[in-house]
Amino acid sequence: MAKDKVKPRVKVPKKAAKGDVITIKTLISHKMETGRRKDRKTGEFIPRKIINHFKAEYNGAEVFSANLEPSVSANPYFKFSVKVMESGTFKFTWTDDDGSVYTSEKKIAVQ
Amino acid sequence: MNVTRRQTFVIGAGAVAFATLGASITPALSASDTEKIIADFIGGKEPVSGKVKLKTPEIAENGNTVPISFTVDSPMTEDNYVASVLVVAAGNPFPPVATFNFSAMSGKAEASTRIRLATTQDILAYAKMNDGSVFLDKKNVKVTIGGCGG
Repeated sequence: MAKDKVKPRVKVPKKAAKGDVITIKTLISHKMETGRRKDRKTGEFIPRKIINHFKAEYNGAEVFSANLEPSVSANPYFKFSVKVMESGTFKFTWTDDDGSVYTSEKKIAVQ
Repeated sequence: MNVTRRQTFVIGAGAVAFATLGASITPALSASDTEKIIADFIGGKEPVSGKVKLKTPEIAENGNTVPISFTVDSPMTEDNYVASVLVVAAGNPFPPVATFNFSAMSGKAEASTRIRLATTQDILAYAKMNDGSVFLDKKNVKVTIGGCGG
């Protein structure tokens, strides 16, 4: 399992007009092990390991976040909106059950 | 054949089987625990239908990834916005799916994601406004192949 690569992918428009509501799409490759699946060979439960929190910040202020439970699919995908008033940087943070944190940043120019 | 087994699992011996099998790792959440999570979220308010609109496929062939989305009718201004949305899949061993938190900067209170569904069931979306009022929408999804291991 250790070889599973976790790779965040984010789509943010490069440009927007002031006051626009933009759409952001995020995807992170992650198994989202529910803790309810059994290992076929040993018959034992595979321990839970999911992304439990996702957060989107815009110039340091939280604009969207989600608490995830095991019922979220593998490779959690989100689409959501943000109203942009000024140029800046989006920061996306995913928190794993094992404490790992994955981040991604995107800049946007607002005219 | 598969379906029958799943149905028996969920409807009949479901509670007992889950309790024994999943004892140490992620145990299934009992109905009262789920109710408590919902009660905590809605904070004593009576959920009213309207405003929140949940979009789900009518039939999900693969319960492992079921695309869902919701929109909440709100101006999303500093003093009138959607604070958070709780999505519950009532028939899953662990019914709460996710909580989405919005802010006045969200512009639109909408989001899409993909969820796992163990069986044919109702999906509920509770939307909480910043003034504490709660709105609810419910959709039934038929699932051909369940997506929660088991």
